[in-house]
Amino acid sequence: MMTRKKKSRRLIRITLIYIALTLLGIFMIYPLIWMFFSSFKSNNEIFGSLRLLPKQVIWDSFYRGWNSGQFTYGLFFKNTFLLVIPVVLFTLVSSTLVAYGFARFNFPLKGILFTVMISTLMLPNAVIIIPRYILFNRFGWLNSYKPFTVPSIFACHPFFIFMLVQFLRGLPRELDESATIDGCNSFVILVRIHIPLLKPALFSAAIFQFIWTWNDFFNSLIYINSVKKYTISLALRMSLDTAAAANWNEILAMSTLAILPCVLIFFFAQKYFVEGIATTGLKG
Amino acid sequence: MKGHHVTGKKNKRQYTGLLYIMPWILGFLIFQLYPFISSFIYSFTNYNMTSNIKFIGLKNYIDIFTKDSQFYNSLKVTIFYVFMAVPMKLVFAMFIAMVLNIRIKYVNFYRTVYYLPSILGGSVAVAVLWRFLFADNGLVNEILSFFGIPKIGWLSNPKIALFTVSLLTVWQFGSSMVIFLAGLKQIPKELYEAATVDGVSKAGMFFNITLPLLTPIILFNLVMQMIIAFQEFTGSFVITNGGPMKSTYLYAMKLYDEGFLFMKMGYASALSWILFIVIMIFTALIFRSSEYWAYYEDGRQ
Repeated sequence: MMTRKKKSRRLIRITLIYIALTLLGIFMIYPLIWMFFSSFKSNNEIFGSLRLLPKQVIWDSFYRGWNSGQFTYGLFFKNTFLLVIPVVLFTLVSSTLVAYGFARFNFPLKGILFTVMISTLMLPNAVIIIPRYILFNRFGWLNSYKPFTVPSIFACHPFFIFMLVQFLRGLPRELDESATIDGCNSFVILVRIHIPLLKPALFSAAIFQFIWTWNDFFNSLIYINSVKKYTISLALRMSLDTAAAANWNEILAMSTLAILPCVLIFFFAQKYFVEGIATTGLKG
Repeated sequence: MKGHHVTGKKNKRQYTGLLYIMPWILGFLIFQLYPFISSFIYSFTNYNMTSNIKFIGLKNYIDIFTKDSQFYNSLKVTIFYVFMAVPMKLVFAMFIAMVLNIRIKYVNFYRTVYYLPSILGGSVAVAVLWRFLFADNGLVNEILSFFGIPKIGWLSNPKIALFTVSLLTVWQFGSSMVIFLAGLKQIPKELYEAATVDGVSKAGMFFNITLPLLTPIILFNLVMQMIIAFQEFTGSFVITNGGPMKSTYLYAMKLYDEGFLFMKMGYASALSWILFIVIMIFTALIFRSSEYWAYYEDGRQ
């Protein structure tokens, strides 16, 4: 039995831990909250002020930022979705097929191929980016979204293959065997039996791929060069470069909009994030 | 796994498996292996997308090592960055994971809050935000001066700018934290119960149970985060554009400038292979040293 003194000391300690954790949380999130509120501030209030809420609310920074350039942000959002959604869908389909092959079949060189697949997780993108660029240039794919979509058709994201293999390995083999006896072929088994069970894993994969592709900057910068095809990342950087010294609130407003889809997905689908990372034990 | 099938059926199944992984095999050959090998070959040429390709032997490498002062600078900056950002991030992630792992309610809530920056951290929007927050008269300096601390040139002082850029990386500690949390949950409670019975102190439990059992996850996180950090680009490109005085000119920026700004593809390929070898050396060193500090229950791997 704990003495009263010990108990109260424990209570104090726990309270301190909660306070520290909460402060850290505020500290972590505050920049984002500040960004949101600052997009309603006048430009000279963004710098040199501690206030979170604007003294004088500027309502049109979103409108002006949206329409600031030669093209509106509507186009840039549309472009980003046109790039991201096919990449996500192709990644899901191709990674599922490949993961199924690795998890459920035996074939020659399987061990070696699996090791190669896993080791490409560690292959630095920087090493292959130049020949890839030359290759895509030769294919005539520059300034299109093909450098993003075509590799995803060919399961070039080993992270997701690995993640789905891990999930598939957790499904009992008896399921496959009884279906085989019933005369189903392997593809029917995949579609009818595995995919419904894989739903949470597929959902995790979709979310991760969406966010990573949405946030991608380096590849977009290299492959896309006409403003008409710019994604959000490129558009933001362009606004930052071209902004006459006084348009800070517009840039913050557009930055807020740029992170909005990822934040929304995060809040509506949090549990899939944690499951996704925890089962693979990989980056994120 | 087991050979229950009839031989003919087994053969058929063999090809079925290959058929399923075929997209990956093709993708690997075309989009990974071919670029990997050809960047090595390009590194011995003067290829620049316009004139004819010519083999020039080791000239690119010799030029890089003897004439290119920005090469040494960017390599130095990058190694500093990696050694600053990765340990800070991992220590922080592990520490917070351990706090959350001890009888804390609302773990899910805190986990969510700490994890949010990880999903946004790589984006241009957040890099833009960083530029505002750490400007000379930005929010951070305003808070400091509120407490009577003199302003700091977070992005304008060449000695500090790299640290400010790495703070952006540390801010994204949430994903590593979630991995550590999952690892901590795997540690059997009986170990701690037995240790309590034996009268082991809290510190003793940490050093003899928690830390050793977490080492495989530490190793894994360390290697992956290091490889990612060596290639960091967006942060320095958007926040500081390599400045001030090239103090945040990361290797990836150097690579970008040579390859995609000046179109010196051969030269940039040589740079990329040097980066690859540097990453390999550090990875090998970590794995080698892990024989002494990483712990595996059954002595495997």
